[in-house]
Amino acid sequence: MADSAKDVLLDPLVDNNPIALQILGICSALAVTTSLVTSLIMCLALTTVCACSSASISMIRNHIPSSIRIIVQMTIIASLVIVVDQVLKAYAFEVSKKLSVFVGLIITNCIVMGRAEAFAMKNPPGLSFLDGLGNGLGYSLILIVVGTIRELFGAGSLLGYQILVPATEGGWYEPNGLLLLPPSAFFIIGVFIWILRSVKTEQVEDRDFQIHQAHRGEVA
Amino acid sequence: MADLVNLFIKAVFVENLALSFFLGMCTFLAVSKKISTAIGLGAAVVAVQAITVPLNNVIYQFLLKEGALSWAGLPEVDLSFLGLISYIGVIAASVQILEMTLDKFVPALYNALGIFLPLITVNCAILGGSLFMVERDYNFAESVTYGLGSGVGWALAIVLLAGVREKLKYSDVPDGLQGLGITFITAGLMALGFMAFSGVQL
Repeated sequence: MADSAKDVLLDPLVDNNPIALQILGICSALAVTTSLVTSLIMCLALTTVCACSSASISMIRNHIPSSIRIIVQMTIIASLVIVVDQVLKAYAFEVSKKLSVFVGLIITNCIVMGRAEAFAMKNPPGLSFLDGLGNGLGYSLILIVVGTIRELFGAGSLLGYQILVPATEGGWYEPNGLLLLPPSAFFIIGVFIWILRSVKTEQVEDRDFQIHQAHRGEVA
Repeated sequence: MADLVNLFIKAVFVENLALSFFLGMCTFLAVSKKISTAIGLGAAVVAVQAITVPLNNVIYQFLLKEGALSWAGLPEVDLSFLGLISYIGVIAASVQILEMTLDKFVPALYNALGIFLPLITVNCAILGGSLFMVERDYNFAESVTYGLGSGVGWALAIVLLAGVREKLKYSDVPDGLQGLGITFITAGLMALGFMAFSGVQL
């Protein structure tokens, strides 16, 4: 476990990314990335909840009986999510309509629960806050990349501004409608993981069934 | 009646929770290595979903909705901001009760589902089902249908994915894509297939 504050904060960005390596919090990562605005708001919401919940759970960690810790964590997270949800409804109503149920689903987002259980229960509040923040940012990194790709190539715009003028409006760009549909999110994250693991080969998973080296690459 | 059948079909195929709303993805990807475990988890999700969505519907209609407390003489009270915390409480409690009931009366089923039941509390598909029910303002009959349909849809998706992955084990996948990567691509192709159902109506 990393000791220094900097490691705790930066480790989840690439080396131990919550989405690409730990398979946590994928649901919302796929669903809200059709445009960059919703991705950004979602990142902000999740990072806030994750950092604050880690800090507050860590503060009372020595007083929580371990048999009911899950329900205590859940209550703290749910209360924070309600606050975030109400703030979004008050100040960013349009975006909160688009995010629909996914703000509420931060409660069951495994990143928040996972960090509370794995890190905040064992470490002091300051470090836990940074750990929550780091994991929130690691999640945001992927969301922003996916959101940018999907909005730029799917609709030819970024943050609502037209960058590539689509053919229907006299430009040259033929928008790729598939990128706005659900399946594309799976493909983009799959390829993202592929790239990440080609660079960082120690993250490659072991095979369940070992194909003999001599036969690899052969066409059956 | 035809409306309800239509809603059921829609919940199973067109608006499949796993493949078009990406709900319950963590478990969807993590517990889909073997068909038998996938069937167990799928069955547990159907059961929990069919119980919690109608239950949350009752709570929403009679306690939380704006004006819902008029039977208690409080017509202007709007408690809908308490929604999230009540739904997750209901889900956690009903999973716990279901677990204890099964343990007492149907130990065989309990042993088969055992490890998956606690996992379900934090499955986004369950909370998501309840939140969609609130957002679309379903009445009681619709919420029963929707709960059942969305559970069946999720179970169908995870069993299909497990089937594909069992075969995929023996194929020569590039190193970087091994495991998680290829599962994402597979799920993407399945989502593409399920999109063919869009527009299906009775």
